Amino acid sequence: MSDLWTMIWKESKDLLFQGGWRAFIRPGIVIGMMGIVLPLQMRADWFTFSPIEITLVIFISFFFILNFIGDAIAGEHERHTLETLLASRISDRAILLGKVIVTVGYAWIMVIVSMLLGALVLNVTNRTGSWTFYTPFGLLIYVFILSLLTSLLVANGGVLISLHSPTVRQAQQTLILCTLVFGVVVGLGLNAMAASLFLVLSNNQILLLILAVLATIDAILLGIALASFKRSRLILS
Amino acid sequence: MSEPIIHTEHLSRSFDAVKAIDDLSLEIPAGIVFGFLGPNGAGKTTTIHLLLGLLEPTRGQARVLGFDTRTQSDAIHARCGALLEFSGLYERMSAEDNLDLYGRINLMPAANRKARIKELLTHFDLWERRKELVGKWSRGMKQKLAVARTLIHRPPLIFLDEPTAGFDPQAAAALHNDLASLVEREGVTVFLNTHNLVEAEKLCARVGVIRQGKLLAVGSPDELRGSKGTPQAEIIGTGFNEQILTLLRAMPEVALAELQNGHLLINLHGESKIGPLVSLIVESGGQVEEIRRDKASLEEVFLTLMEEDKR
Repeated sequence: MSDLWTMIWKESKDLLFQGGWRAFIRPGIVIGMMGIVLPLQMRADWFTFSPIEITLVIFISFFFILNFIGDAIAGEHERHTLETLLASRISDRAILLGKVIVTVGYAWIMVIVSMLLGALVLNVTNRTGSWTFYTPFGLLIYVFILSLLTSLLVANGGVLISLHSPTVRQAQQTLILCTLVFGVVVGLGLNAMAASLFLVLSNNQILLLILAVLATIDAILLGIALASFKRSRLILS
Repeated sequence: MSEPIIHTEHLSRSFDAVKAIDDLSLEIPAGIVFGFLGPNGAGKTTTIHLLLGLLEPTRGQARVLGFDTRTQSDAIHARCGALLEFSGLYERMSAEDNLDLYGRINLMPAANRKARIKELLTHFDLWERRKELVGKWSRGMKQKLAVARTLIHRPPLIFLDEPTAGFDPQAAAALHNDLASLVEREGVTVFLNTHNLVEAEKLCARVGVIRQGKLLAVGSPDELRGSKGTPQAEIIGTGFNEQILTLLRAMPEVALAELQNGHLLINLHGESKIGPLVSLIVESGGQVEEIRRDKASLEEVFLTLMEEDKR
């Protein structure tokens, strides 16, 4: 466990808070857009989870993870830091999980902060005096879990792609391409199945089904990533 | 006699058809700087990877600190420091954080880490710049920090892979001095890969010479110079001419005789005596003012070994 904390500490320093105050520019812009500008544009509709809002929330996760996961894995190869790390006593599992946890955690915290800030901004600027929040509340929890699982999906996919990419740029380009292809395939698949699914399942059941499918894919990809992230293989690559 | 800190038997590693390490048998005692000399591509880095258990041998075995590299590499990683081919520093982190990371990895308590970081950075004259991002530093400073990182958890053995490659002579000399004093103070054993013969001569108690994966020779620099080097004599005086050179070249103990800046340079076979040659020079009209005898440098030994192996 202490190995995992060490890696989380390291990744936080190396990936997220590099370069002092400049580290806050990128998340600041995203949180500003998602937590202030868009809620003010959409007003009361912001609390009812329109499809565009859910898409944007998932986009935040994609945006941060696409940026960070390639840097975390392929970047260590490119900058020749991984070899030294592998020559230390820290376990392969701790190295990999530390990278995934920090990347996914960072993206997820951005989502949560943006959503809560949006609610706060709308209530503060609402002149009717009554306080409102996301309805139904369960859907907010659903969106948070959906965001976490999609973040994990991109992160695990990113790990597998980065392991076979010699540079950060190549890893990011491949990951973007794979994400696009995956998005189109899933979109077409859902579209084809939607009519028949709505006939036999309730809305809640469909939402739960989506989470279950995502969680299963995440578990499989994480298992493959852990099996692939081995010292002897990484040194030879 | 205590167990050697590194012991290899017929250690071999191939990459497809290429034999990177071929039948390497080696024993390195504790508490010394061992220099592993060889040209680029000789197999020096692969040897370190094998000794650290990062690569599995295709044949043979190795024990480091008594642990089998094939089955107990975790124990080796926990007890060794390594500066590999690249410094491996995180350039977006400060010098202090780089050392702190490896202190944490090696499970050092916070107070010990802090004290050790101060001790090492002070030794390498980097303490005042500990908060700076490493990416802004010169190569020499980075390498000093990387050496400090290998020592953070007071390991009994460290591996250094060409730590001064690409350095100017001044920076290399500074790192040699820092390293030598630290090694003496901490009593650490050093496995030093290098193709810098001056570095090897200055730092190493024993050296091994490797070429194309094969160990050609091993011993102290003096032993190697004695066994492989050509003893030289430089004779200062006047009246040296072609006739004297011809006479000298005809002598069986003379490998080479030539004039350089008016001085007579003679390379001798083995431990031949110079006296009869001096008599010959004087009898032939030469006037001898001074005789300087010297063993060959490690560089000459190295080149001789390379030439012999090529043949």
